[in-house]
Amino acid sequence: MGDRPQLTFKDFATDQEVRWCPGCGDYAILKAVQRALAEGGARPENTVFVSGIGCSSRLPYYVDTFGFHTIHGRAPAVATGVKLANPELEVWVITGDGDGLSIGGNHLLHALRRNVDLNILLFNNEIYGLTKGQYSPTSRPGTRSPTTPLGSFDRPVHPGSFALGAGATFVARCADIDQKNMLRLLLETRKHKGSSFVEILQNCIVYNKDIWDDVAAKKNAPEHTVWLSHGEPVRFGRNMNRGLRLNPKTLTVSEVNLEEEAVEEADLLVHDETNRVLAQMLLAMKPPLPVAMGVIYRQDEPAFDESFWGSKTGNRRHKVDSLIRTGVFSQQR
Amino acid sequence: MTELSRQESYTVRFAGDSGDGIQLQGLQFTTTTAASGYDLATFPDFPAEIRAPAGTRFGVSAFQIQFGGKRVTTPGDTPEILVAFNPAALVVNLSDLKPGALIILDPDQFTQQHLKRAELTSNPLSDGSLSSFEVWEIDITRLTLAAVQDYGLGTKASARCKNFWVLGLVLWLFNQPRTRVSEWISNKFADPLVRDSNIAALNAGHAYAETTELAPKQRQEPLPASFLEGVDYRTVMGSEALALGLMAAAERTGLDLLFCSYPITPASSVLHYLSGLQDIGVATFQAEDEIAAVCAAIGASYAGKLGITSSSGPGIALKTEGIGLAIAAELPLVVLNFQRSGPSTGMPTKTDQSDLYQAVYGRNADAPLPVIAARSPSDSFEAAIEAVTLALRHMTPVILLSDGYIANASELWPVPDLASFEISGVNTRSGSSAKLFERDPATYARPWLRPGQAEHIHRIGGLEKDLLTGHISYDSQNHQAMTDMRLAKVESVADFIPPCKLESGTPEGLAVVAWGSTYGAIRQAVEELLKEGFQLGHVHLRHLNPLPRDLPGLLSSFDEILVVEMNTGQLASILRDKLQLKVRQLNQVTGQPFNVDTVKSFIRGLLAEEKSLELTQTQVN
Repeated sequence: MGDRPQLTFKDFATDQEVRWCPGCGDYAILKAVQRALAEGGARPENTVFVSGIGCSSRLPYYVDTFGFHTIHGRAPAVATGVKLANPELEVWVITGDGDGLSIGGNHLLHALRRNVDLNILLFNNEIYGLTKGQYSPTSRPGTRSPTTPLGSFDRPVHPGSFALGAGATFVARCADIDQKNMLRLLLETRKHKGSSFVEILQNCIVYNKDIWDDVAAKKNAPEHTVWLSHGEPVRFGRNMNRGLRLNPKTLTVSEVNLEEEAVEEADLLVHDETNRVLAQMLLAMKPPLPVAMGVIYRQDEPAFDESFWGSKTGNRRHKVDSLIRTGVFSQQR
Repeated sequence: MTELSRQESYTVRFAGDSGDGIQLQGLQFTTTTAASGYDLATFPDFPAEIRAPAGTRFGVSAFQIQFGGKRVTTPGDTPEILVAFNPAALVVNLSDLKPGALIILDPDQFTQQHLKRAELTSNPLSDGSLSSFEVWEIDITRLTLAAVQDYGLGTKASARCKNFWVLGLVLWLFNQPRTRVSEWISNKFADPLVRDSNIAALNAGHAYAETTELAPKQRQEPLPASFLEGVDYRTVMGSEALALGLMAAAERTGLDLLFCSYPITPASSVLHYLSGLQDIGVATFQAEDEIAAVCAAIGASYAGKLGITSSSGPGIALKTEGIGLAIAAELPLVVLNFQRSGPSTGMPTKTDQSDLYQAVYGRNADAPLPVIAARSPSDSFEAAIEAVTLALRHMTPVILLSDGYIANASELWPVPDLASFEISGVNTRSGSSAKLFERDPATYARPWLRPGQAEHIHRIGGLEKDLLTGHISYDSQNHQAMTDMRLAKVESVADFIPPCKLESGTPEGLAVVAWGSTYGAIRQAVEELLKEGFQLGHVHLRHLNPLPRDLPGLLSSFDEILVVEMNTGQLASILRDKLQLKVRQLNQVTGQPFNVDTVKSFIRGLLAEEKSLELTQTQVN
């Protein structure tokens, strides 16, 4: 690989005109993806982006690698076939909250529990964009939309908790507007062998504008999100003066202020990304607790595709011939 | 005692509870008769329940075989020998038997309790209902227990050996050797107790017949068939032949095969058969559902493997959107449909041919694809190779129709030579000169360019694409051109179909046109009617979409056309629609294959009707 030129993110852009709405969060995600491919050393000819249907699923047209824009909800299934067929390929799945968790929930569940080596990015904007603004399975109760004019009342699914429950070996979260951290996270995502699941909080500027502003906007993020680092005490806040503490009796996390309360760093929860129970708690955090970002859970497990074809050393011609001739008898006459 | 005359063939039915080992017994009888040089056809007919409540009518499992020295194409209309393990197995099969048929049964099973379970108010052994049959009342269970008691298996397990006891007796009846069955038992059962008990039961059943008053009633075995010199034969089930055909196609094309499926009756056998062969580049993926199965197969084809999916009608319905994607993306894909009785869940273990409309027309939008059908168990091998050939040659999904009957039925198979199959015209253009959407003018296939090829990086999908560049296109003229191209592609398949021929008969009088698993019954019916002096010919279609170009020509010399199928007239409608033919219909949707006699009687009636109509017209004139 040494003689290959270093590619830049521009090498991963196609000649196709990008057709998302001006101001859509997808532009930032596209850029982070292209940068992660370039910085991570991806080879365009060995990279495949598979998507379903929805605004997010247009992304493969804009990345200069192989791309397959498939049908609604089925990208994880198609991607599984691609990866099994050629485990050498780097396969990404691009999906959204409707595509991945409504019509395609079953496929996402099974791709995750099989631990197929896929990088799955779920753009969560809590709305159906391409079909013009209906509420989605991640919409918060009370969401007003053309199909819920009086406000929705069904309970939403939480993408990260779903993924963890499905048996995902890599669960992470970031926001579209945090380019720096998103890039960092996508580089980690590429490295993980097995299904990597990333929920990206994405802004639909037309149908669910600023839905993540409270937590993700530049001015709010430091106080309302916590970026997790494995082995580090969980601290956040503009001055990193706040932290999380675990109450072992109630098995809950609570917020503490290191400046105002009699707590030291040694009292804080230390992030262990291999701890499933902890991951569950961190994924479930919502305001007034900070929203967890970064790699929330990561575990090394064998990927489904790793030994799928075995050694492939059998003599096929001979084997097929002998199967055809099983139970043969020659006629004496 | 007069010696019983030698028959050309015999039809035997074994029937009992679904846990009695009936299918096993039938298969073992099948391989023995095949090895003795007989032609044969079988029909396993079992309930959907795995272990249905014992002794019930709906729980009866049956296995029928016709074997003989002349060409055998069907499992036989009317059994001449019935082995009935219990009252229910007797009563549900009685009306199918040939007058005077031999019934072998165990009188100990005709207890009040068993009679009640079989919904019988009187005992058939004493109420005269068996008076027109030859009945052998043999204490099968008791004799089996006596034969195996020394092995110490325990009563329940010992009684389970009775299928082999009866098999020993039936093998004696036709003077057949026990060696193949003994060998099979020895290889099958690892537990020496089970193995020795079953072999003892097999031998005891045989010895019982030989040493009792039954001896003079032994049938004369039919004269063996005349087989081709130097050709090896075996028996094969339809699902097995189909799986072997797919493997052979992979071998001949040098492609790895990825078979993506979801369990469904009666299609699962192929999935079982192809599993565990990764070492030779044949892999299976049991997907989470039918949709995932077709999608994973499409993903596999996209990445350069031979992607195949399989199901039965209800599952094909779920795969439909995926099949449309393969059409739009111009990817090769083989879709197997083992048809069963419907609609909805219907009768999963019973056979039908009612998914022809679904295969030809059942997708949103103008989404044509080639449809072919297998006609018999062994023909499934070549049908599979043809399906793969079409998919690769034209870069298209192909539907191959089989059904529950031929999937499970067995017949004799002259073993093919793998080297003799050349898969011609496979679309292998690649390399830097290949352009993604430069289609072959003869097949409309685009080059199969795939991930890993640096010079061919591209994006593709379900959105309409520009005819030449492949970019997303909403242009109205382009959509017209793409729709025309997709239709022309499927029609181009007809350029490769070999000339239509008559299976039997001459091109005059009545044309009997059919497809799929009705082949055996129609073939025999037509041949027998020809002997009776009727003028008719049999046309059996492999290709259902597109139809062979020379079919209208072949049919034009007949006076009338009759379409025989196990649905309400789907091929008949297609022939009327596409060829504007006037056709008559014979349809049956009982979940059972056609009897030869049903076809013959109908045709006799039809031809008589024609004759009287002619007479009437002559009188009028």
